This record gives sequence, C-alpha cells and structure tokens, in this order.
Amino acid sequence: MKGYIFIKKELCKECGLCVHFCPKDHIIPSKEYNAQGYHPVCVDETKECNGCAICATMCPEIAVEVYRE
Amino acid sequence: MAKIVFKHPESLKENIFHYCPGCGHSIVHRLVAEVIDEMGIRGITIGVPPAGCAVLAYNYFDVDMIEALHGRGPAMATAIKRCLPDRLVFSYQGDGDLAAIGIAESFHAANRGENISVIFINNAVYGMTGGQMAPTTMLNQRSTTTPAGRKQAVDGYPVKVSEIFSRLDGATYVERCAVSSPTGVNKTKKAIRKAFQCQMAGLGFSLVEVLSLCPTNWKLSSVDSCKYIDEVMSKVFPPGVYKDQTGQSGKTAEARP
Amino acid sequence: MNKILMSGNNVIGEAAIRAGCRFYAGYPITPQNELTEYMAEHMRNAEGGVFIQSESEVAAINMIAGAAAAGVRVMTSSSGPGISLKQEGISSMAAQELPGIIVNIMRGGPGLGNILPSQGDYFQATRGGGHGDYRTIVFAPGSCQELADLTMDAFDLADKYRTPAMILADGMMGQMMEPVIFKKPKPRQYPEKFMLRGAGSGKSKFIRGLLLDPVDSEAHNWKLARKYEVISENETRCEEHRIDDAKLVIVAYGTAARIAKGAIKRLRSHDMKIGLFRPITLWPFPEMRLRTLSEKVNNFLVFEMSTGQMLEDVRLALQGYADIEFHGRPGGAVPTPAELANVIARVYEQKD
Repeated sequence: MKGYIFIKKELCKECGLCVHFCPKDHIIPSKEYNAQGYHPVCVDETKECNGCAICATMCPEIAVEVYRE
Repeated sequence: MAKIVFKHPESLKENIFHYCPGCGHSIVHRLVAEVIDEMGIRGITIGVPPAGCAVLAYNYFDVDMIEALHGRGPAMATAIKRCLPDRLVFSYQGDGDLAAIGIAESFHAANRGENISVIFINNAVYGMTGGQMAPTTMLNQRSTTTPAGRKQAVDGYPVKVSEIFSRLDGATYVERCAVSSPTGVNKTKKAIRKAFQCQMAGLGFSLVEVLSLCPTNWKLSSVDSCKYIDEVMSKVFPPGVYKDQTGQSGKTAEARP
Repeated sequence: MNKILMSGNNVIGEAAIRAGCRFYAGYPITPQNELTEYMAEHMRNAEGGVFIQSESEVAAINMIAGAAAAGVRVMTSSSGPGISLKQEGISSMAAQELPGIIVNIMRGGPGLGNILPSQGDYFQATRGGGHGDYRTIVFAPGSCQELADLTMDAFDLADKYRTPAMILADGMMGQMMEPVIFKKPKPRQYPEKFMLRGAGSGKSKFIRGLLLDPVDSEAHNWKLARKYEVISENETRCEEHRIDDAKLVIVAYGTAARIAKGAIKRLRSHDMKIGLFRPITLWPFPEMRLRTLSEKVNNFLVFEMSTGQMLEDVRLALQGYADIEFHGRPGGAVPTPAELANVIARVYEQKD
C-alpha cells in the first residue's frame, strides 16, 4: 500500500508525536519556522509513506492529511 | 488516484487549538468530532464544556454548546436532556470539574441514570490553573501544590473515577482509555462512539475516562508524556471496560413515570 | 373565577405551573418544602413537565440554567442558606441572559439561623448576592394573592428581559392559608433564537459568560446595565396605603407590611395619622416614588424583620430630605400588630 501525506505547516506545534510514532520514519523535524514560532515537521522523501495514517491519528493539531493510492 | 483517508472533521471549526503542543484535549476533541460526523448527529448535539483548559471548547466544536460553571456540567446536561430527550447531550470535563468541585453533580447524574454521556479527561493535574494537585494526582507525583510529591497522609489517594462510577447501578457504560498511542487513540474513539450510541439508544448514563497527556504541567516532552501514561498512569488507572450494560434494555431515567 | 384556599408555598407552585413552568429542580429546606413537594406531585401531570429533586441547591440552580437554555420556563426554590449556595448560578444566568425564577422563603439567619420567618436576605437578594455587575428582579409579595399574581408576572418579566427574577417571601407567608384567584396567564413570548436546541442544519451557537477580551467584557457589562435601567424605568412597583394625610409613614414589605397594616388600623382608630409605603419590587426599588412622597411627609419609620437592610435603600432614596427611624426584629422574631403599634405610637408621639 502506498500513500502520501500533506503537512499543514502553519498548524504544527512541534510536539513530535508523529515523528515518534511513524513506523516508516517518514516524518522528521525541520529547521524552518511557522507563524506560531514553532519548527513544523516535514517529510523525509527518502522514506516511503504507506498511508497508515498513524501520524494523523496522533497529531493533536489535525495538521496532517493522509492520502492512500 | 489517491483518495484522502484522513482529513479535518466537519464538526470541528477551523480554528487553531489554543491547547499546548501535545495536549490530549486536542486529540480527544478531534475524536469526538469524528464520531459526531460519522453518526450524522451534528444538528442534534448539545455539548457542555468544563471550567478548565477546555473552557473554550465552543471555539472548536461546531455544535450548540453552553458554558457551565465549574463542575456543574452534568447538572446542566441532565436538565437539557430531560427537556430535549431526543438530542445528544454530552458533558466534557477535566479532573477538578468532575472529581473535585463537581463530584456531587457527576455522581448523582450517574446515580440517577441520566441518559447523558460524560467525557472525562484525566491528566492527573489541574492544567489551566498551572499544575496544582488534582483528585487524580498520583502518590509521589509532584505538582505545584504538592512540591514534595503527593503524600497519602496529608493529601489522600488518587481518585479512581471509572472504578467508582461503575459501581453505581445508574451507570450503564463506563470505560477508561488512553490517548498515548495510536492503538489507544483508536480505542478511545470507539469508546466515545459506544457512549454516544448508548445514549442515542436511550440506554442510560455513559462515561469515557481518557488518560490524557499534559506535557506542560508534567514537564515532559509529548513523547515522554505518552510513556508516562503507558508506564506509570496505566498502573494506577488501568484502562479497560469497567461496566457495559448496553446489552440490556430499559435502563434510562425518564422525565415521566 | 373560583377562589381556592391554599397555603402560600402551594400557591407559588400552582401559579408557576399555570404560568407554563415545565422544569423545576429543588432541594428540601424548611420552610419551603411544601413547594418542592407540590412540584413533585403536580409537575408530572403537566405536559412535558420535569421535576428533579437535585442533590443540592447548587445542582438545582445549574439544572434550571440548562433547562432555561433549552427554552423551557424554569423555577427553583430554597431558603436563605440554599439561596447563598445558588449565587454563582444566579450570577451566571444573569451573565448568560437566561430567564428563570428563584423563590426564597426566608428564614432566620445568618448561618443556619432557624426556620422562623425573617427578612434577613434583603441584601442578598438586591445587592447581587453573587459576584459581578448584575441585578436580579426581586418581587416582595405581601399576601397569598400576591404570591399567585407576582409569580406569574415574574415568569413574564424574566422572559421579557432574559434575566433571572426572584420571589422574596418568608416562612410565614409560605405557611399562611388564604383564598386566592389564579389569573389567566399571558401566552409566552420567547424567541427561538435564544434557545439552544441543536444546530439543526444551520450554524451552531454557544451561550457563555466568559469574556476574556476586556473590550467584549466591558461592552457586555454595559449592555446588562442598560437592560437594568430599562427595567428600573418600567417595572418598579409599590403600594401606598393611607398616606394622603399621613404624618408618619411606615416603610415595610412582605409580612412586615402586613403586620404594619394591622398596626396602622389600630392607631388610626386613635386618630394617629399614619400610613404605609410598601415596596413590591425590592429591585428595582421604588426610590423615585418614595422621594416624591418626602415632599409632603417628613417622618418615616422603616420596619423590617432584620437588623436593617432595606433601611439603607430608604436612606439612599430620601437623601436626607426626611427623618428616618428604624424598628427591627431579626432572627425569626415576628411581632404582633399590637406590639408594632406600641412601637409606632411611641415614635409618633416623639415626633409631634
């Protein structure tokens, strides 16, 4: 199963739950800033997303949209 | 063609949560909204927020809501449900709201078997007011009013809400869950749905207690807070179904004899 | 229309149900238990009627707030200590602009006091007694007939102004049996847009009192203040009894006024020119009417079954334009008309 995610960077509060729980290490911290003053997470293109939606399940801010092929 | 499998629930407004990074409220708000969406009951839902971090819940839930005084949500919800029995009425509360100042209102709504649903966010501390001891604060847990840790001799013991309420004959469905892992989050959503279905079927009082992370007042990262729930809180407050009489019929408080 | 012989507590219950009250929550406390029991007995026969004996007076006020938001006419009742417990809820109902009737059958105080009639809750009723800038419409009935009439009027005014209203009676009136006629209630006029019944297919709404932004909060307070001004201009009530030629005017309300009328009857038969000014709304207090009265009357005697609470409103109203004496019997003591007549006579003699 393949998938991809879209991270709404302005909503991310850098809690790190998605980074920790992603079984594919597909999400990593970044160094950029959003308007709230946090470093929003971003995707690691070298790892594959399988559309499991665990990131979105854990994300408190509903900042992740998940798509599945 | 990829299809979206996870998006923003309709019963939640687009506002950015004011909750802290990693707060369990944010997760549970989403779960409640998802259940409301899936059950198609947005138009008949009335929610009662607590006094606490979630006092502004009406900025997030796109359903009719009325602010309750601290601890009095179940009393308001009782009255609203008695007057409008075909609506879905839920009270959303934290530790102080349900188990301290509001313990009488929660207890007696359950005892009367009021056909409402209570969502109880247990994060073992008073969040909004800055981290004081809650009824659910665990022994030896530090808080701003137990700087040396909760001591049973002077501070008593943590209150096990699910255990206590499950002993009341008026309670129909009582479950404790945790939002500290994806499995936990999914179980919590199922429990909330079961509680709402219990209410819509007129089966009586339902309570879902959610072990919820409070990274700010626990002074832990969000990830460590999840571990804290799994390794420490779950030992004191074991998740599980404490009462389930939804299989039995005819259990509901009625306005008319 | 038929007169029905009923005791005061029951009169309030019957008047409420006839006025369309369909939600009552209350907790037992002497001397108003008959009212709670009346509602338990009769509310279930009214279509859609809900009676709940709540776990406390605190729970009761919060229940009626919820039912009021749901669009139902609501009432709760208690006595002094229980009304103290309800204050946060009354303040919240005022903030959220929810209508509802709170009945206080006053007893001796402070603290547990006793179960005898008194008027020690005047401050509590008219000066808040909860927190924040709000007012409660307070009716002071003086007879069982007024219990019936004013209870019905209270529901209408609470709806009209979207604010809590109080019936301030006392233990004697609650027990007293008199024939009453229940007038025909007016149909309810309360717009649906103020009711919280589920968003349906439209926008959701919320009712709240928390206003964190001081711009919003100040505006809301002034909005309430303007409402209270309108109420003061339009809803003040009082009775003037035998004041045309009075040299001394008693100011009293409720049971105290009843006793005063008896005293005045005795004294008038001895040619003493004494009258009675009886506020019927304690908030808004009929200060303009009282001040106008002071243009021709120089001597007032305030009589209360307390150590002097309405006395302060009388002083504020008269602004030094007349002499004010005071006679009080607190703690559940209820003088007879003869006893009161002696007191008044002494004051009258001194003034001459």
